[in-house]
Amino acid sequence: MRHLLSALACLICVALPLHAEEVVADLSQDRVSISTSFDGSEILVFGAVKRDAPIPQGASPLAVIITISGPDEVVTVRRKDRRFGIWVNVEGVEVERAPSFYAVASTVPLDRALSETEDQRWNISTGRKLRAVGATEMAENPPAFLEALIRVREADGIYIQAAETVQLRDSTLFSTEIALPAALTEGDYNTRIFLTRDGQVVDSYATSIFVQKVGLERFIYALAHEQPLIYGLLSLAIAIAAGWIASTVFRYLLP
Amino acid sequence: MQVYLPIAEVSVNAFLLVGLGGMVGILSGMFGVGGGFLMTPLLFMIGIPPAVAVATEANIIVASSFSGVLAHLRRKSVDLRMGIVLLIGGLIGAGLGVQVFSLLKELGQVDLLVKLCYVVFLGIIGGLMFFESLNAIRKSRAKGPAPKTVRRQRGWIHAMPFKMKFRTSGLYISVIPPMLVGLFVGILAAIMGVGGGFIMVPAMIYLLGMPTKVVVGTSLFQIIFVTGFATLLHATTNYTVDMVLAVLLLVGGVVGAQVGTRIGTRLKAEQLRILLAIMVLAVCGKLALDLLIMPSELFSVGVDGGH
Repeated sequence: MRHLLSALACLICVALPLHAEEVVADLSQDRVSISTSFDGSEILVFGAVKRDAPIPQGASPLAVIITISGPDEVVTVRRKDRRFGIWVNVEGVEVERAPSFYAVASTVPLDRALSETEDQRWNISTGRKLRAVGATEMAENPPAFLEALIRVREADGIYIQAAETVQLRDSTLFSTEIALPAALTEGDYNTRIFLTRDGQVVDSYATSIFVQKVGLERFIYALAHEQPLIYGLLSLAIAIAAGWIASTVFRYLLP
Repeated sequence: MQVYLPIAEVSVNAFLLVGLGGMVGILSGMFGVGGGFLMTPLLFMIGIPPAVAVATEANIIVASSFSGVLAHLRRKSVDLRMGIVLLIGGLIGAGLGVQVFSLLKELGQVDLLVKLCYVVFLGIIGGLMFFESLNAIRKSRAKGPAPKTVRRQRGWIHAMPFKMKFRTSGLYISVIPPMLVGLFVGILAAIMGVGGGFIMVPAMIYLLGMPTKVVVGTSLFQIIFVTGFATLLHATTNYTVDMVLAVLLLVGGVVGAQVGTRIGTRLKAEQLRILLAIMVLAVCGKLALDLLIMPSELFSVGVDGGH
Protein backbone atom coordinates (compact mmCIF):
# COMPACT_ATOMS: atom_id res chain seq x y z
CA MET A 1 0.00 0.00 0.00
CA ARG A 2 2.70 2.42 1.01
CA HIS A 3 4.62 1.63 -2.17
CA LEU A 4 1.56 2.23 -4.21
CA LEU A 5 0.98 5.64 -2.62
CA SER A 6 4.52 6.84 -3.15
CA ALA A 7 4.37 5.60 -6.72
CA LEU A 8 1.17 7.55 -7.18
CA ALA A 9 2.73 10.66 -5.64
CA CYS A 10 5.66 10.32 -8.02
CA LEU A 11 3.30 9.94 -10.93
CA ILE A 12 1.47 13.14 -9.99
CA CYS A 13 4.78 14.96 -9.66
CA VAL A 14 5.84 13.88 -13.10
CA ALA A 15 2.51 14.38 -14.77
CA LEU A 16 1.78 17.80 -13.30
CA PRO A 17 5.10 19.50 -12.67
CA LEU A 18 3.48 22.93 -12.91
CA HIS A 19 1.36 22.33 -9.87
CA ALA A 20 4.13 21.08 -7.71
CA GLU A 21 4.55 24.59 -6.36
CA GLU A 22 1.61 26.87 -5.83
CA VAL A 23 1.52 30.51 -4.83
CA VAL A 24 -0.74 31.65 -2.02
CA ALA A 25 -0.83 35.42 -1.62
CA ASP A 26 -2.71 38.36 -0.19
CA LEU A 27 -2.54 42.15 -0.06
CA SER A 28 -2.45 44.44 2.95
CA GLN A 29 -5.50 46.14 1.45
CA ASP A 30 -7.65 45.36 -1.57
CA ARG A 31 -9.34 48.74 -1.53
CA VAL A 32 -7.78 52.20 -1.70
CA SER A 33 -9.94 55.20 -0.84
CA ILE A 34 -8.96 58.54 -2.30
CA SER A 35 -9.98 61.18 0.19
CA THR A 36 -9.08 64.87 0.12
CA SER A 37 -5.87 64.25 2.05
CA PHE A 38 -4.82 61.27 -0.10
CA ASP A 39 -1.08 61.30 -0.68
CA GLY A 40 -0.24 57.94 -2.17
CA SER A 41 -0.53 54.55 -0.56
CA GLU A 42 1.81 51.66 0.25
CA ILE A 43 0.50 48.25 -0.69
CA LEU A 44 2.09 45.28 1.05
CA VAL A 45 1.99 42.16 -1.11
CA PHE A 46 2.85 38.99 0.77
CA GLY A 47 2.42 35.26 0.42
CA ALA A 48 3.95 31.81 0.49
CA VAL A 49 4.80 28.95 -1.82
CA LYS A 50 2.75 25.83 -1.15
CA ARG A 51 4.50 22.56 -1.96
CA ASP A 52 3.33 18.97 -2.20
CA ALA A 53 6.91 17.71 -2.15
CA PRO A 54 10.26 19.13 -1.03
CA ILE A 55 12.31 21.05 -3.58
CA PRO A 56 14.25 18.53 -5.71
CA GLN A 57 18.00 18.44 -5.16
CA GLY A 58 19.93 20.68 -7.52
CA ALA A 59 16.91 22.68 -8.64
CA SER A 60 17.72 26.28 -9.50
CA PRO A 61 16.42 28.93 -7.11
CA LEU A 62 12.86 30.16 -7.25
CA ALA A 63 12.09 33.75 -8.31
CA VAL A 64 9.00 35.83 -7.54
CA ILE A 65 7.67 38.60 -9.81
CA ILE A 66 4.85 40.91 -8.74
CA THR A 67 3.08 43.33 -11.11
CA ILE A 68 0.41 45.96 -10.44
CA SER A 69 -1.33 47.50 -13.43
CA GLY A 70 -3.66 50.53 -13.32
CA PRO A 71 -6.66 51.17 -15.58
CA ASP A 72 -5.83 51.69 -19.25
CA GLU A 73 -5.94 55.10 -20.86
CA VAL A 74 -5.37 56.56 -24.32
CA VAL A 75 -2.02 58.33 -24.57
CA THR A 76 -0.19 60.09 -27.35
CA VAL A 77 3.58 59.99 -27.52
CA ARG A 78 4.94 62.96 -29.46
CA ARG A 79 8.39 63.65 -30.78
CA LYS A 80 9.83 67.14 -31.13
CA ASP A 81 12.19 68.27 -33.87
CA ARG A 82 13.64 71.55 -35.05
CA ARG A 83 11.61 73.29 -37.75
CA PHE A 84 12.40 76.86 -38.83
CA GLY A 85 14.58 77.28 -35.77
CA ILE A 86 12.00 76.32 -33.18
CA TRP A 87 11.24 73.01 -31.49
CA VAL A 88 7.85 71.68 -32.48
CA ASN A 89 6.02 68.37 -32.26
CA VAL A 90 6.56 66.67 -35.59
CA GLU A 91 5.34 63.12 -35.01
CA GLY A 92 2.83 61.52 -32.71
CA VAL A 93 1.89 57.94 -31.98
CA GLU A 94 -1.39 57.22 -30.24
CA VAL A 95 -1.45 54.27 -27.89
CA GLU A 96 -5.02 53.03 -27.50
CA ARG A 97 -4.54 51.38 -24.13
CA ALA A 98 -1.56 52.19 -21.95
CA PRO A 99 -1.81 51.42 -18.24
CA SER A 100 -2.08 54.59 -16.14
CA PHE A 101 0.23 52.90 -13.62
CA TYR A 102 2.49 49.88 -13.93
CA ALA A 103 4.89 48.42 -11.40
CA VAL A 104 7.05 45.31 -11.73
CA ALA A 105 8.87 44.09 -8.64
CA SER A 106 10.99 40.97 -8.54
CA THR A 107 13.46 39.06 -6.38
CA VAL A 108 16.21 39.11 -9.02
CA PRO A 109 16.67 41.29 -12.13
CA LEU A 110 13.79 40.62 -14.50
CA ASP A 111 15.90 39.26 -17.37
CA ARG A 112 17.21 36.56 -15.03
CA ALA A 113 13.84 35.76 -13.49
CA LEU A 114 12.03 35.46 -16.78
CA SER A 115 12.82 34.12 -20.24
CA GLU A 116 11.91 36.09 -23.36
CA THR A 117 9.27 33.58 -24.45
CA GLU A 118 7.60 33.48 -21.06
CA ASP A 119 7.54 37.28 -21.01
CA GLN A 120 5.79 37.23 -24.39
CA ARG A 121 3.26 34.76 -23.09
CA TRP A 122 2.43 36.55 -19.83
CA ASN A 123 3.24 40.19 -20.75
CA ILE A 124 5.15 40.91 -17.60
CA SER A 125 7.91 43.45 -18.35
CA THR A 126 6.80 47.06 -18.95
CA GLY A 127 7.83 46.95 -22.60
CA ARG A 128 6.00 43.67 -23.24
CA LYS A 129 2.92 44.88 -21.40
CA LEU A 130 2.74 48.01 -23.57
CA ARG A 131 3.36 46.10 -26.76
CA ALA A 132 0.61 43.67 -25.86
CA VAL A 133 -2.08 46.26 -25.15
CA GLY A 134 -1.13 48.77 -27.81
CA ALA A 135 0.03 46.11 -30.25
CA THR A 136 -0.79 47.63 -33.63
CA GLU A 137 0.28 51.18 -32.94
CA MET A 138 3.60 50.15 -31.48
CA ALA A 139 4.38 47.62 -34.18
CA GLU A 140 3.99 50.14 -36.99
CA ASN A 141 6.23 52.74 -35.40
CA PRO A 142 9.88 52.91 -34.47
CA PRO A 143 10.74 51.45 -31.07
CA ALA A 144 11.92 54.89 -29.99
CA PHE A 145 8.31 55.83 -29.18
CA LEU A 146 7.79 52.84 -26.91
CA GLU A 147 11.12 53.44 -25.20
CA ALA A 148 10.23 57.11 -24.78
CA LEU A 149 6.86 56.27 -23.24
CA ILE A 150 8.54 54.03 -20.68
CA ARG A 151 11.36 56.52 -20.03
CA VAL A 152 9.06 59.53 -19.53
CA ARG A 153 6.65 57.63 -17.30
CA GLU A 154 9.44 56.08 -15.24
CA ALA A 155 10.80 59.58 -14.66
CA ASP A 156 7.33 60.58 -13.45
CA GLY A 157 7.18 57.56 -11.14
CA ILE A 158 4.12 56.17 -12.92
CA TYR A 159 5.96 53.15 -14.32
CA ILE A 160 8.19 51.38 -11.83
CA GLN A 161 10.69 48.61 -12.46
CA ALA A 162 11.98 47.51 -9.10
CA ALA A 163 14.30 44.52 -9.31
CA GLU A 164 15.45 42.86 -6.10
CA THR A 165 12.76 44.50 -4.00
CA VAL A 166 10.82 41.31 -3.31
CA GLN A 167 12.18 39.41 -0.33
CA LEU A 168 11.99 35.62 -0.60
CA ARG A 169 12.77 33.68 2.57
CA ASP A 170 13.74 30.01 2.44
CA SER A 171 12.21 29.74 -1.03
CA THR A 172 8.84 29.89 0.70
CA LEU A 173 7.79 33.21 2.18
CA PHE A 174 7.83 36.37 0.11
CA SER A 175 6.80 39.97 0.58
CA THR A 176 7.25 43.39 -0.97
CA GLU A 177 5.89 46.89 -0.65
CA ILE A 178 4.74 48.78 -3.72
CA ALA A 179 4.07 52.51 -3.45
CA LEU A 180 1.04 53.74 -5.33
CA PRO A 181 1.62 57.38 -6.35
CA ALA A 182 -0.53 60.28 -5.17
CA ALA A 183 -1.72 60.94 -8.71
CA LEU A 184 -3.94 57.88 -8.89
CA THR A 185 -6.76 57.17 -11.32
CA GLU A 186 -9.93 55.41 -10.19
CA GLY A 187 -10.49 51.80 -11.17
CA ASP A 188 -9.26 48.26 -10.73
CA TYR A 189 -5.54 47.78 -10.24
CA ASN A 190 -4.78 44.26 -11.40
CA THR A 191 -2.17 42.56 -9.29
CA ARG A 192 -0.36 39.46 -10.55
CA ILE A 193 2.16 37.28 -8.77
CA PHE A 194 4.37 34.86 -10.70
CA LEU A 195 6.63 32.10 -9.45
CA THR A 196 9.42 31.32 -11.87
CA ARG A 197 12.26 28.85 -12.03
CA ASP A 198 14.89 28.85 -14.80
CA GLY A 199 12.95 31.64 -16.45
CA GLN A 200 9.79 29.52 -16.70
CA VAL A 201 6.56 30.52 -14.98
CA VAL A 202 5.75 27.79 -12.45
CA ASP A 203 2.56 29.26 -11.05
CA SER A 204 0.69 32.54 -11.00
CA TYR A 205 -1.98 34.26 -8.96
CA ALA A 206 -4.10 37.27 -9.80
CA THR A 207 -6.21 39.63 -7.72
CA SER A 208 -7.12 43.27 -7.88
CA ILE A 209 -7.05 46.41 -5.81
CA PHE A 210 -10.10 48.63 -6.09
CA VAL A 211 -9.24 52.33 -6.09
CA GLN A 212 -12.12 54.74 -5.55
CA LYS A 213 -12.67 58.34 -4.65
CA VAL A 214 -14.70 58.81 -1.46
CA GLY A 215 -16.54 61.61 0.33
CA LEU A 216 -16.10 65.11 -1.03
CA GLU A 217 -13.84 63.89 -3.84
CA ARG A 218 -16.52 61.43 -4.98
CA PHE A 219 -19.23 64.08 -4.75
CA ILE A 220 -17.37 66.71 -6.77
CA TYR A 221 -16.26 64.26 -9.42
CA ALA A 222 -19.76 62.85 -9.86
CA LEU A 223 -21.36 66.31 -9.98
CA ALA A 224 -18.85 67.51 -12.58
CA HIS A 225 -19.60 64.58 -14.85
CA GLU A 226 -23.33 64.09 -14.29
CA GLN A 227 -24.54 67.68 -13.87
CA PRO A 228 -21.90 69.72 -15.71
CA LEU A 229 -24.06 72.83 -16.07
CA ILE A 230 -24.95 72.96 -12.38
CA TYR A 231 -21.32 72.25 -11.54
CA GLY A 232 -20.16 75.08 -13.81
CA LEU A 233 -22.66 77.52 -12.34
CA LEU A 234 -21.72 76.44 -8.82
CA SER A 235 -18.04 77.05 -9.64
CA LEU A 236 -18.92 80.53 -10.89
CA ALA A 237 -21.04 81.21 -7.80
CA ILE A 238 -18.13 80.23 -5.55
CA ALA A 239 -15.81 82.50 -7.54
CA ILE A 240 -18.19 85.47 -7.36
CA ALA A 241 -18.85 84.91 -3.65
CA ALA A 242 -15.14 84.65 -2.87
CA GLY A 243 -14.46 87.83 -4.81
CA TRP A 244 -17.27 89.68 -3.03
CA ILE A 245 -16.29 88.48 0.45
CA ALA A 246 -12.67 89.49 -0.05
CA SER A 247 -13.71 92.89 -1.36
CA THR A 248 -16.09 93.53 1.56
CA VAL A 249 -13.70 92.32 4.23
CA PHE A 250 -10.87 94.40 2.81
CA ARG A 251 -12.99 97.53 2.67
CA TYR A 252 -13.07 97.47 6.47
CA LEU A 253 -9.51 96.26 6.95
CA LEU A 254 -7.67 98.49 4.47
CA PRO A 255 -9.86 101.45 3.58
CA MET B 1 -0.46 69.82 3.61
CA GLN B 2 -1.14 67.67 0.56
CA VAL B 3 -4.55 67.85 -1.07
CA TYR B 4 -5.87 65.48 -3.72
CA LEU B 5 -7.62 67.31 -6.55
CA PRO B 6 -10.71 65.37 -7.70
CA ILE B 7 -10.75 66.45 -11.36
CA ALA B 8 -7.02 66.96 -11.99
CA GLU B 9 -6.38 63.65 -10.17
CA VAL B 10 -3.09 64.77 -8.69
CA SER B 11 -2.02 65.52 -5.15
CA VAL B 12 -0.46 68.94 -4.51
CA ASN B 13 0.54 71.12 -1.58
CA ALA B 14 -2.38 73.33 -0.49
CA PHE B 15 -0.17 76.17 0.80
CA LEU B 16 1.74 76.29 -2.47
CA LEU B 17 -1.54 76.79 -4.32
CA VAL B 18 -2.76 79.51 -1.93
CA GLY B 19 0.61 81.27 -2.27
CA LEU B 20 0.56 81.10 -6.05
CA GLY B 21 -2.99 82.43 -6.06
CA GLY B 22 -2.01 85.33 -3.82
CA MET B 23 1.01 86.30 -5.90
CA VAL B 24 -0.88 86.30 -9.17
CA GLY B 25 -3.83 88.06 -7.45
CA ILE B 26 -1.63 91.00 -6.46
CA LEU B 27 -0.48 91.43 -10.05
CA SER B 28 -4.04 91.09 -11.25
CA GLY B 29 -5.28 93.88 -8.98
CA MET B 30 -2.34 96.14 -9.81
CA PHE B 31 -2.51 95.93 -13.56
CA GLY B 32 -6.09 94.92 -14.33
CA VAL B 33 -4.91 91.74 -16.00
CA GLY B 34 -6.59 88.49 -15.06
CA GLY B 35 -3.20 86.92 -14.43
CA GLY B 36 -4.00 83.91 -16.58
CA PHE B 37 -0.92 84.36 -18.72
CA LEU B 38 1.19 83.88 -15.59
CA MET B 39 -0.92 81.37 -13.68
CA THR B 40 -1.57 78.91 -16.49
CA PRO B 41 2.13 78.21 -17.20
CA LEU B 42 2.79 78.03 -13.43
CA LEU B 43 0.08 75.40 -13.02
CA PHE B 44 1.62 73.35 -15.85
CA MET B 45 4.91 73.50 -13.98
CA ILE B 46 3.51 72.04 -10.74
CA GLY B 47 2.02 69.14 -12.68
CA ILE B 48 -1.63 70.07 -13.24
CA PRO B 49 -2.83 68.62 -16.58
CA PRO B 50 -2.98 71.45 -19.16
CA ALA B 51 -6.69 71.03 -19.93
CA VAL B 52 -7.60 71.30 -16.23
CA ALA B 53 -5.21 74.21 -15.69
CA VAL B 54 -6.71 76.26 -18.54
CA ALA B 55 -10.34 75.60 -17.56
CA THR B 56 -9.84 76.14 -13.83
CA GLU B 57 -7.83 79.26 -14.48
CA ALA B 58 -10.83 80.78 -16.27
CA ASN B 59 -12.89 80.19 -13.13
CA ILE B 60 -10.26 81.78 -10.89
CA ILE B 61 -9.99 84.85 -13.10
CA VAL B 62 -13.75 85.38 -12.55
CA ALA B 63 -13.15 85.60 -8.80
CA SER B 64 -10.09 87.84 -8.78
CA SER B 65 -11.59 90.12 -11.44
CA PHE B 66 -14.86 90.39 -9.51
CA SER B 67 -13.01 91.22 -6.32
CA GLY B 68 -10.95 93.80 -8.19
CA VAL B 69 -13.88 95.35 -10.04
CA LEU B 70 -15.79 95.97 -6.79
CA ALA B 71 -12.86 97.99 -5.50
CA HIS B 72 -12.76 99.93 -8.77
CA LEU B 73 -16.54 100.50 -8.79
CA ARG B 74 -16.31 102.17 -5.39
CA ARG B 75 -13.57 104.37 -6.80
CA LYS B 76 -15.79 105.08 -9.83
CA SER B 77 -12.99 104.03 -12.14
CA VAL B 78 -15.08 101.68 -14.27
CA ASP B 79 -16.55 102.85 -17.55
CA LEU B 80 -19.60 100.59 -17.55
CA ARG B 81 -20.84 101.74 -20.93
CA MET B 82 -17.45 101.07 -22.55
CA GLY B 83 -17.28 97.77 -20.68
CA ILE B 84 -20.58 96.60 -22.11
CA VAL B 85 -19.57 97.57 -25.66
CA LEU B 86 -16.29 95.68 -25.26
CA LEU B 87 -18.15 92.75 -23.74
CA ILE B 88 -20.53 92.37 -26.69
CA GLY B 89 -17.52 92.09 -28.97
CA GLY B 90 -15.76 89.84 -26.45
CA LEU B 91 -18.54 87.25 -26.21
CA ILE B 92 -18.85 87.01 -30.00
CA GLY B 93 -15.07 86.68 -30.19
CA ALA B 94 -14.94 83.97 -27.52
CA GLY B 95 -17.55 81.97 -29.42
CA LEU B 96 -15.52 82.30 -32.62
CA GLY B 97 -12.31 81.50 -30.76
CA VAL B 98 -13.70 78.21 -29.47
CA GLN B 99 -14.54 77.24 -33.07
CA VAL B 100 -11.03 78.17 -34.25
CA PHE B 101 -9.56 76.24 -31.34
CA SER B 102 -11.39 73.00 -32.15
CA LEU B 103 -10.49 73.38 -35.82
CA LEU B 104 -6.80 73.70 -34.97
CA LYS B 105 -7.05 70.81 -32.55
CA GLU B 106 -8.05 68.58 -35.44
CA LEU B 107 -5.03 69.75 -37.41
CA GLY B 108 -2.73 69.06 -34.45
CA GLN B 109 -0.15 71.64 -33.37
CA VAL B 110 -2.55 73.50 -31.12
CA ASP B 111 0.12 73.65 -28.40
CA LEU B 112 2.55 75.30 -30.74
CA LEU B 113 -0.02 77.83 -31.90
CA VAL B 114 -0.88 78.77 -28.33
CA LYS B 115 2.79 79.24 -27.48
CA LEU B 116 3.51 81.23 -30.62
CA CYS B 117 0.47 83.41 -29.88
CA TYR B 118 1.87 84.08 -26.43
CA VAL B 119 5.36 84.91 -27.69
CA VAL B 120 4.18 87.18 -30.51
CA PHE B 121 1.55 89.10 -28.55
CA LEU B 122 3.45 89.35 -25.31
CA GLY B 123 6.55 90.42 -27.22
CA ILE B 124 4.86 93.15 -29.24
CA ILE B 125 2.78 94.54 -26.40
CA GLY B 126 5.51 94.28 -23.80
CA GLY B 127 8.05 95.94 -26.09
CA LEU B 128 5.73 98.79 -27.11
CA MET B 129 4.66 99.53 -23.56
CA PHE B 130 8.19 99.33 -22.24
CA PHE B 131 9.64 101.90 -24.64
CA GLU B 132 6.61 104.17 -24.48
CA SER B 133 6.66 104.27 -20.67
CA LEU B 134 10.43 104.69 -20.63
CA ASN B 135 10.12 107.74 -22.88
CA ALA B 136 7.33 109.16 -20.75
CA ILE B 137 9.40 108.77 -17.58
CA ARG B 138 12.46 110.28 -19.24
CA LYS B 139 10.44 113.28 -20.42
CA SER B 140 8.87 113.90 -17.04
CA ARG B 141 12.33 113.73 -15.41
CA ALA B 142 13.82 116.15 -17.94
CA LYS B 143 11.10 118.79 -17.73
CA GLY B 144 9.86 118.27 -14.20
CA PRO B 145 6.13 117.56 -13.97
CA ALA B 146 5.12 117.15 -17.57
CA PRO B 147 1.96 118.82 -18.84
CA LYS B 148 -0.85 116.32 -19.18
CA THR B 149 -0.62 115.07 -22.74
CA VAL B 150 -3.93 114.60 -24.49
CA ARG B 151 -3.63 111.67 -26.80
CA ARG B 152 -4.53 112.61 -30.35
CA GLN B 153 -7.25 110.47 -31.79
CA ARG B 154 -6.42 109.10 -35.17
CA GLY B 155 -8.68 110.38 -37.95
CA TRP B 156 -10.18 107.06 -38.96
CA ILE B 157 -11.53 106.40 -35.49
CA HIS B 158 -13.32 109.73 -35.49
CA ALA B 159 -14.68 109.25 -38.99
CA MET B 160 -16.63 106.11 -38.06
CA PRO B 161 -20.39 106.11 -37.57
CA PHE B 162 -22.40 105.05 -34.45
CA LYS B 163 -20.72 107.51 -32.15
CA MET B 164 -21.38 107.23 -28.47
CA LYS B 165 -20.51 109.30 -25.41
CA PHE B 166 -18.35 107.49 -22.86
CA ARG B 167 -18.53 109.98 -20.02
CA THR B 168 -16.31 108.16 -17.52
CA SER B 169 -13.55 107.91 -20.09
CA GLY B 170 -14.20 111.38 -21.44
CA LEU B 171 -14.50 110.05 -24.98
CA TYR B 172 -16.92 110.58 -27.82
CA ILE B 173 -16.10 107.88 -30.34
CA SER B 174 -17.71 105.32 -32.56
CA VAL B 175 -18.66 101.96 -30.97
CA ILE B 176 -17.00 100.05 -33.80
CA PRO B 177 -13.36 100.28 -32.60
CA PRO B 178 -14.10 99.11 -29.02
CA MET B 179 -16.36 96.38 -30.39
CA LEU B 180 -13.56 95.17 -32.66
CA VAL B 181 -11.05 95.31 -29.81
CA GLY B 182 -13.42 93.21 -27.71
CA LEU B 183 -13.94 90.74 -30.55
CA PHE B 184 -10.23 90.32 -31.16
CA VAL B 185 -9.44 89.88 -27.46
CA GLY B 186 -12.31 87.40 -27.15
CA ILE B 187 -10.87 85.24 -29.92
CA LEU B 188 -7.40 85.31 -28.36
CA ALA B 189 -8.84 84.66 -24.89
CA ALA B 190 -10.51 81.47 -26.07
CA ILE B 191 -7.42 80.27 -27.95
CA MET B 192 -4.87 81.15 -25.28
CA GLY B 193 -6.97 80.27 -22.25
CA VAL B 194 -6.60 83.65 -20.58
CA GLY B 195 -8.83 86.64 -19.80
CA GLY B 196 -7.03 88.80 -22.33
CA GLY B 197 -6.38 91.73 -20.01
CA PHE B 198 -2.76 92.02 -21.07
CA ILE B 199 -3.96 92.76 -24.61
CA MET B 200 -7.08 94.66 -23.60
CA VAL B 201 -5.31 97.15 -21.32
CA PRO B 202 -2.77 98.42 -23.88
CA ALA B 203 -5.42 98.36 -26.63
CA MET B 204 -7.66 100.62 -24.55
CA ILE B 205 -4.81 103.00 -23.73
CA TYR B 206 -3.16 103.24 -27.11
CA LEU B 207 -5.93 102.42 -29.57
CA LEU B 208 -9.00 103.89 -27.92
CA GLY B 209 -7.19 106.59 -25.99
CA MET B 210 -8.87 105.87 -22.67
CA PRO B 211 -7.32 107.32 -19.50
CA THR B 212 -5.11 104.76 -17.68
CA LYS B 213 -7.12 105.24 -14.47
CA VAL B 214 -10.35 103.94 -16.02
CA VAL B 215 -8.71 101.25 -18.13
CA VAL B 216 -7.96 98.76 -15.35
CA GLY B 217 -11.45 98.69 -13.85
CA THR B 218 -13.13 98.52 -17.24
CA SER B 219 -10.86 95.71 -18.36
CA LEU B 220 -11.63 93.72 -15.19
CA PHE B 221 -15.35 94.32 -15.70
CA GLN B 222 -15.47 92.73 -19.12
CA ILE B 223 -13.00 89.96 -18.20
CA ILE B 224 -15.46 88.66 -15.57
CA PHE B 225 -18.03 87.91 -18.23
CA VAL B 226 -15.74 86.54 -20.91
CA THR B 227 -14.01 84.14 -18.50
CA GLY B 228 -17.31 83.23 -16.83
CA PHE B 229 -18.59 82.21 -20.26
CA ALA B 230 -15.40 80.22 -20.88
CA THR B 231 -15.73 78.45 -17.50
CA LEU B 232 -19.24 77.27 -18.32
CA LEU B 233 -18.11 76.13 -21.76
CA HIS B 234 -15.20 74.14 -20.31
CA ALA B 235 -17.32 72.65 -17.51
CA THR B 236 -20.05 71.43 -19.84
CA THR B 237 -17.92 70.18 -22.74
CA ASN B 238 -14.63 68.98 -21.25
CA TYR B 239 -15.45 68.46 -17.53
CA THR B 240 -12.10 70.02 -16.73
CA VAL B 241 -12.95 72.67 -14.11
CA ASP B 242 -11.49 71.53 -10.79
CA MET B 243 -13.44 73.07 -7.93
CA VAL B 244 -10.96 72.17 -5.21
CA LEU B 245 -8.04 73.59 -7.18
CA ALA B 246 -10.11 76.70 -7.91
CA VAL B 247 -11.06 77.29 -4.27
CA LEU B 248 -7.46 76.98 -3.06
CA LEU B 249 -6.17 79.39 -5.69
CA LEU B 250 -9.14 81.72 -5.10
CA VAL B 251 -8.43 82.13 -1.40
CA GLY B 252 -5.02 83.56 -2.23
CA GLY B 253 -6.22 85.23 -5.41
CA VAL B 254 -9.04 87.39 -4.06
CA VAL B 255 -6.96 88.63 -1.14
CA GLY B 256 -4.07 89.34 -3.49
CA ALA B 257 -6.32 91.25 -5.89
CA GLN B 258 -7.46 93.56 -3.07
CA VAL B 259 -3.89 94.25 -1.99
CA GLY B 260 -2.85 94.73 -5.61
CA THR B 261 -5.59 97.27 -6.32
CA ARG B 262 -4.40 99.38 -3.38
CA ILE B 263 -0.77 99.19 -4.48
CA GLY B 264 -1.87 100.11 -8.00
CA THR B 265 -3.55 103.36 -6.93
CA ARG B 266 -0.37 104.51 -5.21
CA LEU B 267 1.87 104.09 -8.24
CA LYS B 268 2.14 106.53 -11.11
CA ALA B 269 0.65 105.49 -14.42
CA GLU B 270 4.06 105.32 -16.12
CA GLN B 271 5.55 103.21 -13.36
CA LEU B 272 2.56 100.88 -13.48
CA ARG B 273 2.93 100.49 -17.22
CA ILE B 274 6.66 99.88 -17.15
CA LEU B 275 6.26 97.21 -14.46
CA LEU B 276 3.58 95.44 -16.46
CA ALA B 277 5.78 95.71 -19.57
CA ILE B 278 8.74 94.10 -17.79
CA MET B 279 6.56 91.26 -16.54
CA VAL B 280 5.03 90.66 -19.95
CA LEU B 281 8.49 90.62 -21.56
CA ALA B 282 9.81 88.18 -18.95
CA VAL B 283 7.05 85.66 -19.63
CA CYS B 284 7.54 86.16 -23.38
CA GLY B 285 11.29 85.53 -23.03
CA LYS B 286 10.74 82.35 -21.06
CA LEU B 287 8.31 80.97 -23.63
CA ALA B 288 10.56 81.96 -26.53
CA LEU B 289 13.54 80.19 -24.94
CA ASP B 290 11.44 77.04 -24.53
CA LEU B 291 10.80 77.07 -28.25
CA LEU B 292 14.39 77.89 -29.25
CA ILE B 293 16.50 75.76 -26.91
CA MET B 294 16.72 72.05 -27.58
CA PRO B 295 14.61 70.29 -24.95
CA SER B 296 16.36 67.66 -22.81
CA GLU B 297 13.55 65.20 -23.52
CA LEU B 298 12.43 65.21 -27.14
CA PHE B 299 9.43 63.02 -26.43
CA SER B 300 6.35 63.92 -24.48
CA VAL B 301 3.40 61.82 -23.33
CA GLY B 302 -0.09 63.26 -23.36
CA VAL B 303 -3.16 61.59 -21.89
CA ASP B 304 -6.13 62.02 -24.18
CA GLY B 305 -8.63 61.76 -21.35
CA GLY B 306 -11.38 59.18 -20.90
CA HIS B 307 -10.12 56.77 -18.31
